[in-house]
Amino acid sequence: MAENIVEIDDDSFEKAVLKADNPVMVDFWAPWCGPCRAIGPIVDELEGIYGEKMNFVKVNVDENPLTPSKYGIKAIPTLIFFKNGEVAEQITGMVARAKLEETIKGVLKEG
Amino acid sequence: MANTDYDVIIIGGGPAGLTAGMYAARARLNVVLFEKAAPGGQVIITDWVENYPGFPEGITGYDLGEKMVTQAKNLGLTIESDEITSMTLSREEKKVHLGSGKTVSAHTVIIASGASPRKLDIGEAKFMGKGVSFCATCDAPFFRDKVLVAVGGGDTAVQEAIYLTKFATKVYLVHRRDELRATKVLQERALKNDKIEMVWDSVVTGMDGFFNVENVHIKNVKTQAQSTIKADGCFIWVGTTPNTAYVKDNVKTDDGGFIFTDTHMETSIPGVYAIGDVRTTPLKQITTAVGDGAIAAMSAEHFIENLKDAK
Repeated sequence: MAENIVEIDDDSFEKAVLKADNPVMVDFWAPWCGPCRAIGPIVDELEGIYGEKMNFVKVNVDENPLTPSKYGIKAIPTLIFFKNGEVAEQITGMVARAKLEETIKGVLKEG
Repeated sequence: MANTDYDVIIIGGGPAGLTAGMYAARARLNVVLFEKAAPGGQVIITDWVENYPGFPEGITGYDLGEKMVTQAKNLGLTIESDEITSMTLSREEKKVHLGSGKTVSAHTVIIASGASPRKLDIGEAKFMGKGVSFCATCDAPFFRDKVLVAVGGGDTAVQEAIYLTKFATKVYLVHRRDELRATKVLQERALKNDKIEMVWDSVVTGMDGFFNVENVHIKNVKTQAQSTIKADGCFIWVGTTPNTAYVKDNVKTDDGGFIFTDTHMETSIPGVYAIGDVRTTPLKQITTAVGDGAIAAMSAEHFIENLKDAK
């Protein structure tokens, strides 16, 4: 769970993610998930660095069942990177900060 | 005495590393802790901890881990987010090479990088996040009213299988022996839980499904009989493997890669210590990890004093 990241829901997902101009990283999380809360500060920090080129949002899977189900999510934390409405990358489980940053750079580079 | 960046470098931010950090910081040693992901360690994926003293009602793993991190920081421990790629170790000086490209040096290194869940290597990798999981607290709620297979017979397997029954309608607990290894109180809870069905003397040999896990294949190791359980997910807790890719060839380990230490937590290289789940310990618990951490910090302090005296 990232403190400074905008929370979106099933209703706002299309506009905030699929129709966004920038690439979007969606952090699927829930309050009962320790690792989700643990990676929060890392996501916050990366938002501080890459926030101008990539939008960072989070979806609480408890309150918004439709979106996780649509993307077949059965594990959290799951981070999905969207570009032009399509899934560009997906990371499941807690990963090292370096791996996360590498993925962000990769998504931004693909142009 | 060689000039180094630090007195002590601690690798890994689980209970062992955090405790070593608290003791080193209170000893006024120049100490840094490197953690590659988020500090807290495996504790933060543990749903419930009831055998760590001081919390009579029990505590969630995440809360306990977070309290330890806060306490270590309050006592002056610096925690940096970086990954160790390799080390150059000698008695006089230890150099640690970091993922960020930096190299830092210290008089002593405390290895506390822990262990990760062991894989079965039966093709489960392609179902990661699609039904296969190593973390009940993360993923169990996705299996509400579903049927699950859990694998293992130790404390983690049994405790987490019980947790799964809060969501699943049925949990088949597959264990390769005819009795559980878990501590008695957990065994009793599992065996009287109506939702848990034991599958004794059996191992998982494979799984299949179109997108998500649909079938888990089982073999009885005594009769060689093969069977299939229709299940929506498979949770695996069959022990751990040490996170020691970066230490290989530096210090002596057992065949599984766990690091040998003496009673002072010292490894085969003077001034290099290993604590918690990463070492050849007979018991992998939070309680034992924190004890290791305190001993290693004290050993490091003595080692540094001896270096100064020898000058």
